[in-house]
Amino acid sequence: MAQANTQQAKTQFGYRRHPDQDRPGQNPAEHPVVIVGAGPVGLSLAIDLAQRGQSVVLLDDADRIGEGSRAICFSKRSLEYWDRLGVGDRMVEKGVVWSVGRIFHGESQLYQFNLLPEDGHKRPAFINLQQYYAEAYLVDRISDLPEVDLRWRNKVTALEQRNDSVALTIETPEGAYRLHAQYVVACDGARSSLRQMVGAEFAGQVFEDQFLIADVKMTAEFPTERWFWFDPPFHAGRSALLHRQPDDVWRIDLQLNRYADPVVEKKPENVRPRIARMLGHDKFEFEWISLYKFQCRRMDRFIHGRVVFAGDSAHQVSPFGARGANSGLEDAENLSWKLDRVLRGKSPASLLESYHVERSLAADENIRESTRSTDFMAPNSHQETRLRKAVLSLAKETEFGKRMVNGGRLSVPCSYDTSLSSPDADAWRGGPSPGCSMPDAPVSSREGEQVYLTDAFRKGGTDFALLSFSNGAQVGAPEGVKDIRIGGEGGLADPLGLVAKRYDAEAGAAYLLRPDGYVAARFRHPTREAIAAALSRAQGLN
Amino acid sequence: MPLSTSSNFARPDDAFRAIVEAHRGFTDEQSADFDAALVLILANHIGDIDVLREAIGLAKRRMIDGQQQQQQQQ
Repeated sequence: MAQANTQQAKTQFGYRRHPDQDRPGQNPAEHPVVIVGAGPVGLSLAIDLAQRGQSVVLLDDADRIGEGSRAICFSKRSLEYWDRLGVGDRMVEKGVVWSVGRIFHGESQLYQFNLLPEDGHKRPAFINLQQYYAEAYLVDRISDLPEVDLRWRNKVTALEQRNDSVALTIETPEGAYRLHAQYVVACDGARSSLRQMVGAEFAGQVFEDQFLIADVKMTAEFPTERWFWFDPPFHAGRSALLHRQPDDVWRIDLQLNRYADPVVEKKPENVRPRIARMLGHDKFEFEWISLYKFQCRRMDRFIHGRVVFAGDSAHQVSPFGARGANSGLEDAENLSWKLDRVLRGKSPASLLESYHVERSLAADENIRESTRSTDFMAPNSHQETRLRKAVLSLAKETEFGKRMVNGGRLSVPCSYDTSLSSPDADAWRGGPSPGCSMPDAPVSSREGEQVYLTDAFRKGGTDFALLSFSNGAQVGAPEGVKDIRIGGEGGLADPLGLVAKRYDAEAGAAYLLRPDGYVAARFRHPTREAIAAALSRAQGLN
Repeated sequence: MPLSTSSNFARPDDAFRAIVEAHRGFTDEQSADFDAALVLILANHIGDIDVLREAIGLAKRRMIDGQQQQQQQQ
């Protein structure tokens, strides 16, 4: 149920007829990429591909941005990706920045955690931002990109896999038309109709407990932190979560029992007293109320012929851990550069297989984490309840008990065990190993401007990068690879020594970074040949 | 380090007795609660997931053997 929401009125889009619709059925327009679904994942992927010079058709069956705040926690990794897409600043300016979480049991606090306890990162651990804002900013960004052709009220109703393309039938208010695409990316959400069209299963676990999710508008003095309760006085025997969003909107999750009647529980007159008990007052308005049973499921294969699945269409998790939208954005950043290379004929189509390998590994990790959290909150048996009770009581007086309390393990980028990585040939004591995402650190430019390593990575194009630590005689980056040099003449300065520290790097060392900011290889003493070999491996060329 | 199944206590009877006595006066429900806490404390002290898994495996074999015995008796 969605209450009237002033923001949503601003995000209504018109259907517009496209010349593709006037083509005869036997001779449809052909496009390199068609993305289905203009949610955060589809929109981000469209921008990313456009920035790589691809023309993209983006179809959505609705004519407005989704109802309710839905995904609200966007991770550091997602913000770094959005920086590369040119929307990071806007997201962070509007969003509520947070890094501290507190876990309560009954009346008392069990412990607190800080998800980013160190300085020297451009982006915070998380921002909270209603999904409709994120989508609106992405749509705005797309209006600057003539390469993206965003078509509202275009609903895919049939899909046919051909040898060299996919044929789509698309329903619009003015009737159906057909399109051919070299590749289709299905970002059409957990209830993906494209997934059904390719006949793929979506297997996994359904959790019996129901959760009530409400967004309420109120002015409150709670700090900007994630608060989680086990067995709170206002909601005995169950769990609750409180999170702040922009515009004085607060997200509240309340666990209900598995037999609760959704229709009854969703009625504002029944939700209101529960929330009033939690807040200690009833001076709030509802923005959105929804009732969920959580599911953790994934497709067996993320690629079916020429149809690639990304985001919730490919994998679904429970929300405790902010692993839904964030993992979908990681799918987009992983897929985009690979699809671009394949479309340009720079890499074989087999490079796309690494998208399936890497991202299904990430999906397994996200599902595992999210399942554990959900099971901890809603134990499945008397013995599970008993073990949880033991953990919660041990947490009061022991450190190990606190660390076993699972009120959601928040999204961090997965490290890929992948054939695109070159294994370390040297000894490293720290730093990101091949398959891990690049850590950020402060640097200063030649002009003395204080920036971040992620800024340096973003500038100078969307391709691979060689991050090297100057010793006066280093090997330059290969053709087409951007050069990020730390130290030396013309290099970036490392004023706090944090780049060297976070990359465990001495002078002469180098990291080869993939276009998605993951480490492909690293060298203590790089040679031209070793870098070239790692590069072609990471590009799926051997 | 693999799970040690050699006798580690100088006085094993003391160890067994300590656990038995800890349960004295408990209902079955309380005993189960107590065991849950004790298992978690000891597991953390071991601090080695492989040893823990091996211990779980060893304990589980008792259950399977027990079930088979029951079936044979029936």
